[in-house]
Amino acid sequence: MQCSICKEKPATVHLTQIVGDKMQKLDLCEECAKTKGINDPTAFSLADADKLFGLGASQEIEQAAGGAELKCPHCGFSQADFKKSGRLGCPECYKTFAEGLSTLLKTMHKDTRHVGKSPEALRASRENSDRLKTLQKKLNKAIDGENFEEAAQLRDEIKQLGERSSAPKKLTQ
Amino acid sequence: MKDIHTFLAPPAETARRHGPHDRIVMSSRVRLARNLKGAAFPGWAKKPERMKVLETIRPAVERLPEMKDSFSEAMDNLTALDKQILVERHLISREHAAKNTGSGVVLNREETFCVMINEEDHLRMQALRPGFQTREVWKAIDNLDSELEKLLDYAFDGDLGYLTACPTNLGTGIRVSAMLHLPGLVLSEQINPIIQSVNKLGLAVRGLYGEGTEALGNVFQVSNQMTLGESETVIVERLEKVLGQIIEHEENGRQTLLEKKPKVVFNHIGRAYGILANAHSISSKETMNLLSLLRLGVDMGLFPGAERSLVDELFLVTQPAHLQKQLSDKLTAEERDLIRADMVRDRLKNLSRPIVKPPNAGN
Repeated sequence: MQCSICKEKPATVHLTQIVGDKMQKLDLCEECAKTKGINDPTAFSLADADKLFGLGASQEIEQAAGGAELKCPHCGFSQADFKKSGRLGCPECYKTFAEGLSTLLKTMHKDTRHVGKSPEALRASRENSDRLKTLQKKLNKAIDGENFEEAAQLRDEIKQLGERSSAPKKLTQ
Repeated sequence: MKDIHTFLAPPAETARRHGPHDRIVMSSRVRLARNLKGAAFPGWAKKPERMKVLETIRPAVERLPEMKDSFSEAMDNLTALDKQILVERHLISREHAAKNTGSGVVLNREETFCVMINEEDHLRMQALRPGFQTREVWKAIDNLDSELEKLLDYAFDGDLGYLTACPTNLGTGIRVSAMLHLPGLVLSEQINPIIQSVNKLGLAVRGLYGEGTEALGNVFQVSNQMTLGESETVIVERLEKVLGQIIEHEENGRQTLLEKKPKVVFNHIGRAYGILANAHSISSKETMNLLSLLRLGVDMGLFPGAERSLVDELFLVTQPAHLQKQLSDKLTAEERDLIRADMVRDRLKNLSRPIVKPPNAGN
């Protein structure tokens, strides 16, 4: 068995971690294990999953893209860069490398869909757009029923809502 | 420009900060990772872009009511010693201490919030408190984040959540952690199985200074690893539950040691006292490991009248940067070992040797 990092020397250090119901394996040669700080596999090493995940991460991205050099159009970051650092170039990279990342995220996290906090502005705009939709429906109904007074009122409400959602003021960089 | 040395509370004061269960849980912390929309992550961004991000974020953080009268500085204005002091206080990461132009730090007056700008992510904001207060620190940082998001445009995706430089932090960007003093579990050789079972729950156990560091002084950091697919509350509550169990194991471990192997306990603590009170040269690492045993002795009531803050203060002031700070000349490691030993002997001169039988076993 070859080392999963240098892909040259035979692997002598084997790590297995069970996260939830998924098993992760990593095979390293002695040298790579040392440089990654995995000296005592029974104690700390498995806890250092960031590093280990980083390795697995680069492999999966590579596989998913079939080895072709994919680059982020926004920041110029490539898969080779990811392989080196285990980190991405910019927020847009998540779109660029979405395919490779999805397998990786599955092994790394509980799920691949975010649950939890989201920015208030986003929540508000989502609520806004939901509200806009219902108002639009009501408006159509009012027009169909030739209920023009109500329609005029609805139209004003829609206009107001539209102005509010396009007005967020923030510091931009 | 504020001076970090006069800004930080004196070690004697920090050693007296108390919180629930602080004989085992030294501190609780929650950090959130956030990034700005459209800007390259710090590790990939060129210098001008990093500086622009810093110039955007820093004033926004300074403007928050919680950060009033804070210490706010660009990393290139801090000396290596200043940065190391902040690392030893657990206010910034070792990774952040290595940063220069384009990175910054904002620390509030009470030292309960510390924001790192352009560490691995544009923003790493943390709330910290003494003792077992995971829920409280989460609430505190949640509020800070909600205020900050009104001023900054975060990179957020409806499916993936907050976008982070490393996919391991994606989603909530949260890391909940606690620093634990676990000499009982180490002495009773239960620590490895406990670490393994904590790992199986998807939690990480690390050393004193976080990722990739050893557990000096029997201090361990426990934190969540997964950040995507679970809400912050679920993550905080799981950690809270596991921490509660570790506290219980540690308490039981100490109790059992005193009952079943009192000689082992007295031997370790007595030797630690002997060396600390009499050494003329001692390394930082040895000091920490022995101070841990002294702390255990205080907790077990073997040093009647002594306060834990005596040990906790020494734990901080004997670390390399804190020791160097008190001296005008730049010393070599060997010279520091001599001064450290002098300091420890002096501080312990009024501490009587440990008694053999605790007044009420287990305390």
